[in-house]
Amino acid sequence: MAGTLAEKIWAEHVVRRVQGEPDLLYIDLHLIHEVTSAQAFDGLRLAGRKVRRPELTIATEDHNTPTQNIDRPIADPVSKLQVDTLRNNCAEFGVRIHSLGDIDQGIVHVVGPQLGLTQPGMTIVCGDSHTSTHGAFGALAFGIGTSEVEHVLATQTLPLVRPKTMAINVEGALPAGVTAKDLILAIIAHIGTGGGQGYVLEYRGSAIRALSMEGRMTVCNMSIEAGARAGLIAPDETTFNYIRGRANAPQDWDAALAYWSTLTSDADATFDREITINAAELAPFVTWGTNPAQGLPLSQNVPDPALIQDPEERGAAQRALDYMDLKAGTPLKKIVIDTVFLGSCTNGRIEDLRVAAAILDGKHIASTLRMLVVPGSARVRLQAEAEGLDKVFIQAGAEWRNAGCSMCLGMNPDQLAPGERSASTSNRNFEGRQGKGGRTHLVSPLVAAATALRGTLSSPADL
Amino acid sequence: MEKFITHTGTALPLRRSNVDTDQIIPAVYLKRVTRSGYEDGLFAAWRKDPEFVLNKAEFKAATIVVAGQDFGTGSSREHAVWALQNYGFKVVISSRFADIFRSNSLKGGLLTVILPQESVEALWKAIEANPALALTVSLEDRTVSYDGESLGFELDDYTRWRLMEGLDDIGLTLKQTDSIDAFENVRSKLKPATLPVK
Repeated sequence: MAGTLAEKIWAEHVVRRVQGEPDLLYIDLHLIHEVTSAQAFDGLRLAGRKVRRPELTIATEDHNTPTQNIDRPIADPVSKLQVDTLRNNCAEFGVRIHSLGDIDQGIVHVVGPQLGLTQPGMTIVCGDSHTSTHGAFGALAFGIGTSEVEHVLATQTLPLVRPKTMAINVEGALPAGVTAKDLILAIIAHIGTGGGQGYVLEYRGSAIRALSMEGRMTVCNMSIEAGARAGLIAPDETTFNYIRGRANAPQDWDAALAYWSTLTSDADATFDREITINAAELAPFVTWGTNPAQGLPLSQNVPDPALIQDPEERGAAQRALDYMDLKAGTPLKKIVIDTVFLGSCTNGRIEDLRVAAAILDGKHIASTLRMLVVPGSARVRLQAEAEGLDKVFIQAGAEWRNAGCSMCLGMNPDQLAPGERSASTSNRNFEGRQGKGGRTHLVSPLVAAATALRGTLSSPADL
Repeated sequence: MEKFITHTGTALPLRRSNVDTDQIIPAVYLKRVTRSGYEDGLFAAWRKDPEFVLNKAEFKAATIVVAGQDFGTGSSREHAVWALQNYGFKVVISSRFADIFRSNSLKGGLLTVILPQESVEALWKAIEANPALALTVSLEDRTVSYDGESLGFELDDYTRWRLMEGLDDIGLTLKQTDSIDAFENVRSKLKPATLPVK
């Protein structure tokens, strides 16, 4: 029977199917970090249970680790306790961990692909909603809560109801200066923060095929911002070339390639919903509000809530403008920025750093702002340093930090002050997300770099 | 897990859509390694405003949240469910929930009830007119009742049974260990392993 890619991967992982119950799904890889695992390990201990498959589990420290002075003990005692708890749990239960200072430490969604552990056709989970990132490889990957983390640790399975599937066809070529980040922000604005609820998104079409793996990870990463627990892209040569040669790439490469090449949606498969987007019509995209669907092309103005028909949306837009301290009708390019954050599991990979460095090269950031550059992993940082990107950022006046989630969610010391406004390459512009009272505009790495130079929201074309 | 059969209580009219998990509990409150004590982080930023609905005396004892569309969007933090439960909430009603939040809530025994937006609007009006209004949420009948009204809601039989019996999901799955063993015996050898370290 014809099936979509998500349906095929699902079917291959069903351990048990009984009418009237959720399917029991096998999990190929479980990624863990310090914030959502402590209570799960506690649960195992209380029940006298073990980790069923430690060799399908890997841990890293990322959410609340500092990005400065990483050779010293973590200053915040509460953060330190959480990180120490993860280390102790991994030692007790035999789980591999990459701790702060280890060459393979970094944001969990950067580390998995980098090690070659993320491969097509797998089921991958993590107690983090941006696990959808791994879908870029044609894996079914989604975020789970702590109860489910415990469930996977104990059983290597999860009881789940099969989601519906939605095709997002992006045809044509992205114009120059328009990135994967602009594309996904435009998709989220189009379908809304709840539009993907209950679905796995499959991104298809010529514009998706033309993206690098980094670009595909950026797109899949933000599927959750459209409400979808998972988003994926069928694997192709780009995918295979990325995995080839990595530490955990398959030994039997030819057999793996033969299997991976079967992982596409059948031509006659039907999706529960389909939307089509014309890539050529897209432009650099930024958010103005307090949810990721409140975004517009950078060339436009802050919207006027009075013109919004739906009363609920109108109220939400007005509240967002109040929180963001913005006036309707203000050109987005006139918005003055205090902090530029380049990093996160959305845009903290080597390609993101390269494109931003190319714009900053030989120039200096505006004297009115600060810029933080936080590589997604220790290896991304080393690669950037090997290419001299660190020097470009430092000479431009930016701060060159160590790897972690950092200001994306402000659990570590990297936070916005109340009222401070950021242009951020991260994934969420929720109220207070980057620090209490902070205001976030989500942008691409190109817009982040151009904004850093001009001091106001800008694209490279404005330079 | 505590059994959920029926609950009667007063309700909090939370007239906001897209109540994301960073609003339910900001990240700075997630550093603990326990499952309790998160009530202080619940809606932490909004509670600083004396006008916020939860700060009003008439809603302080509410045990049911009635919220706008897309409740629980954002992160996978189960702390959002724990914060609501630790504060004393037993039920959240909305016209649409984020997938991960919904899954977390039903694992942990916080009942999330989906009602059409018109019913949510009607509930808001009724609660605002009479903050002492008692709502009864019956999982047995799958209904929300108040003031002579009775609204049906859907929840699959399996989840309903699990909540009404207060069953531990992991315990249920461990009864299927034979099936898991059988699956592993035929599982593809091409899949990567994290150990030994390569």
